[in-house]
Amino acid sequence: MTDGALLTGTAGWLFVVFAGLALVSAIAVVVARNPVHSALYLLLAFVLVACIFILQQAEFVGAVQMLVYAGGIMVLFLFVVMLVNPGVAHAGKAFQKQFDVALVLLPVFLLPFLYILGTEKMADVPVRPDAFRMVGTHVAGNTEAVSWVLFRDYLVPFEVASVFLLVAMIGAVVLGRRSLEKMD
Amino acid sequence: MTITINHYLIVSFLLFSIGFLGVLVRRNFLTILMSIELMLNAVNLNLIAFSRRLSDLTGQVFSVFVITIAAGEAAIGLALTISYFRQRKTLDVEEAHTMRG
Repeated sequence: MTDGALLTGTAGWLFVVFAGLALVSAIAVVVARNPVHSALYLLLAFVLVACIFILQQAEFVGAVQMLVYAGGIMVLFLFVVMLVNPGVAHAGKAFQKQFDVALVLLPVFLLPFLYILGTEKMADVPVRPDAFRMVGTHVAGNTEAVSWVLFRDYLVPFEVASVFLLVAMIGAVVLGRRSLEKMD
Repeated sequence: MTITINHYLIVSFLLFSIGFLGVLVRRNFLTILMSIELMLNAVNLNLIAFSRRLSDLTGQVFSVFVITIAAGEAAIGLALTISYFRQRKTLDVEEAHTMRG
């Protein structure tokens, strides 16, 4: 692999296909009027992004993306879409009034981004092909390499994340309780 | 076709912009939450690409944390959605103007 190139040949074309489809389904998420359709396009976008991760040899994150996003979060979304009345959920106007303003703002943000992209040069370090599967000096799997970094260097953030999930769970239970209506 | 970090940045920028556009222009509470998930996904894409470019696994660990935060955010957001729907009988965010001055 030449330095700087992340993917070459067929993998590069696969990236183009996956990224293009992911962008199309992301647009479909935003413009679809029915929330069920939005949720299903979002699922497609998540799966395609997971495919890009796996192309990039980040198999563990790709698998986590499939399990947590496509498996967990999407089921949660579809559940809520079914809980609220679907007829009510997409009645009325779908878009705010400032849609045209937002569409004009996109190129305004795009131009500085392209300028920075064209002028900034990254440090020219070569891409090591097996960097994602190295544990110390020997070659292992991607999951093993990630877990070494996670449990050796980032153990405290990992524990904080578990506390965060507990707080989120308690918060969701409290917010979802029916007695909250009486507080009004 | 040779893919460099710039291609990843462009895809990630577009994905983030589409999500941001969704947050700005949609009136449906659920679709706004989905657009936030799209933006988090775009950030993950960037993290993985730079992790690969710099041959450093820290980016992957960070993206696992981002996915954790996204899961918590989705749970809280959807609980808020249900609570909001019970009170207003609609999901239109324009109806949430009690605190308007």
